[in-house]
Amino acid sequence: MSGREVVKSNSQLVQKEMISRNYDRITDGNHKVSSTFVPGNLNELLMCFDIANNLPEINAIQNAMRKKSGDMITEAERAGHSEDVCTYVKADIGMMAKGNIAPNGKPFPNPDILLLSYTGCFTFMKWFELLREQYKCPTVMLHVPYAADGTPTRNMRDYIVRQLKEDVIPALEKVSGVRFDIDRLREYLRKSAAAEDDMVWMLESTKHRPSPIDCYFGGVYYMGPIFTAFRGTDEAIEYYRLLRLEIQERIDKGLCAQTPEGDMPEERYRLVVEGPPNWTSFRDFWHMFYESGAVVVASSYTKVGGIYDYEGFRHDPDHPLETMADYCLGVYTNRSLPTRVDMLARNIREYDADGLLINSIKSCNSFSAGQLVMMREIERITGKPAAFIETDLVDPRYFSAANVKNRLESYFQMIDQKRRLGGSSAAGV
Amino acid sequence: MEARTVKEIVAFCQGLFDDLDFTRAREWKAAVPGRKVIGYMPVYVPREIIHAAGMLPLGILGGGADMEVIHGDAYYQSYICRIPRSTVELAVTGRLDFVDGMLFPSICDVIRNLSGIWRILFKEKYVRYFDAPQNFREDVGGVFYSNELREFREGLEKLAGRRIADAEINASIEVYNENRLWVNRVYDFRADFPWKAPSAEVYLLMRAGMVLPPEEHTLLMREYLSAAGAQDRPMRDNCRVVLTGVFCEQPPLNLIKSLEISGCYIVDDDFLLVCRWLLEDVQADGDPIENLSRAFLLHSAQTAAKYEADMEVKGRYLIDAIRRRRADGVIFAAPSFCDPALLDQPMMISRLDALKIPYITMQYAENSGQMQPIREQSGTFADSIKLWSSS
Repeated sequence: MSGREVVKSNSQLVQKEMISRNYDRITDGNHKVSSTFVPGNLNELLMCFDIANNLPEINAIQNAMRKKSGDMITEAERAGHSEDVCTYVKADIGMMAKGNIAPNGKPFPNPDILLLSYTGCFTFMKWFELLREQYKCPTVMLHVPYAADGTPTRNMRDYIVRQLKEDVIPALEKVSGVRFDIDRLREYLRKSAAAEDDMVWMLESTKHRPSPIDCYFGGVYYMGPIFTAFRGTDEAIEYYRLLRLEIQERIDKGLCAQTPEGDMPEERYRLVVEGPPNWTSFRDFWHMFYESGAVVVASSYTKVGGIYDYEGFRHDPDHPLETMADYCLGVYTNRSLPTRVDMLARNIREYDADGLLINSIKSCNSFSAGQLVMMREIERITGKPAAFIETDLVDPRYFSAANVKNRLESYFQMIDQKRRLGGSSAAGV
Repeated sequence: MEARTVKEIVAFCQGLFDDLDFTRAREWKAAVPGRKVIGYMPVYVPREIIHAAGMLPLGILGGGADMEVIHGDAYYQSYICRIPRSTVELAVTGRLDFVDGMLFPSICDVIRNLSGIWRILFKEKYVRYFDAPQNFREDVGGVFYSNELREFREGLEKLAGRRIADAEINASIEVYNENRLWVNRVYDFRADFPWKAPSAEVYLLMRAGMVLPPEEHTLLMREYLSAAGAQDRPMRDNCRVVLTGVFCEQPPLNLIKSLEISGCYIVDDDFLLVCRWLLEDVQADGDPIENLSRAFLLHSAQTAAKYEADMEVKGRYLIDAIRRRRADGVIFAAPSFCDPALLDQPMMISRLDALKIPYITMQYAENSGQMQPIREQSGTFADSIKLWSSS
């Protein structure tokens, strides 16, 4: 697969350049650097202190896509980390042991602060406790309560705001030497909201038949700027404006989803996918969908860094700290299982999907625990068939291409059978 | 009535432990119309508030070694620990049908998501994900936690159909202060005379506290201490170990027995932390919610599920236990796929390495069957301590 030439759109090239630029900023030695996580990523706040935003999950993904993560994980396991735990953590720890080199080839600096946004994932807490052992740098915790009842409460929101005021902002001021300016934050949040509008337009463009984009494999690229270090910037506004134009053009031309192989010739299956992708065989995995004419019209992974297409959330510059609290409370893995079920069932209906595919990730209990129950519940609600495959995030030992392919082929046959029985119309018809 | 012997007390506890239909709790509920039972999972919930509502707090710790999981495996992938699947098995087979509500404390993502499964499968039941702060400032995490406790109290009031008065919670705080006093006395007794209080017995005694009302459990512990203190038992040439990592999914009873048979007296552990979570008496007058909140923030145990803001303090709780109990070493026993225990372990190990405290690591599941490898590993550990330890 890797030998074939990859077709990239203009927006993908821009996105790639943006991510590279952020690595240059992190490694240039001229900026204070924070490490933090994608869910609950307070990029606008970090920008208020001129702090560069380094995201260990993104580093692990980059290493996996470059086929480097396997050795890093082995390295961490040799140092005493269990085979049973999150491979993002082990890839990160293994990367340090192997020289801590960023994707741009320069060494990562030690972070000046670990911003532990404890949002929707228990492992985050242990991950940064482990990093703190290595870096011995200041670590500030932002505990985001779990929205177990479906709707976050006022108490949860107030708690987050209080932590921001009392702990997080003072810690960032101390590390950066920059005084907090709430108007500066408001300005960034205003830019966030502008980009978010176009980003949601992109997510909803897949309601078209054929879908102009893939919202899982392709979605990873499209979400890149807003989930990482660019939310709140002019660059993000410009990126999503460009992406919108590009997608509109595809819609006007009636093109099927764009893939690394070029435009998908025919859209045969429309799927909603739950769970993160596998990164070590990302392109092979995508190719399996391409071969079968399957396009992902909605996915939970495009909600992992914030949900903008469910309850209409946008960052609100008039309530800067409160809106960051709402954002953190709302990320996908911080939502209850019934809410996740509702979200995915709505996606299946509103995007006229043929069914649900769950990619269950060995490493990630936050996503995976309960997915079998979710699957049955979504099948019950929608009457659409669902399928279940198992892979991992960045551990190549847990991607079995033959097994995944078999399951996918069986699933597509199941959809065909359902169509013959009148349960679901063929995509593109 | 004649005092029971140790053997009789332990047999009583074993009966409670083996009974996966929770007959004793069912009988308690049936004895008075309108009584309610609230299940809770590890690590900690404020049982005082449940007790004050006139309800029975019932500790749910999975299905143990002997329960065949038939349905539960259909709910979980193979790479998820066993406690949620056996807990679901208990529920879908009707063994928890008398339980009016379930509490899922914030210990890890698996137990967190189990709260959602419960909401989907048992819509008519009271379900609460019991969140506790990871920020331990009174003006930050304390305010959040007090409000969470108030919400919890209101939920129970709705279920009970009546108000829960401050005085009732204060009375329950006293009951649990007394209970913790005797739990700690049992632990102290075992540390002083481990040959007189084998850990399998102490464990069963504490497990009884998951099912019995606290007043009854306190009496049981008093009875045990009196009987165990009076009984002569042979002292073995065992080393003294702290067992850690066992705070959620429970190892089989045979594993605990195997450790002692192979030469390791367990002189402290993190089993059933709910019994010992609060390290000091809770003030039993004034605002009970604020008092419970303060006790959690300022005087609670440390475990892998809790954030330690100060890196220098990380591990101190374990080191203190080793010193206080005069332990020779540590056994890290973690359930397979347990994120909190397994992710925390390398950090704890580095503290022990720095102090040259010996340790071994092992993994288990609640239904682990083969004890021979465990005995060999812990036996070798005990021998190495006896032969080579400087202490």
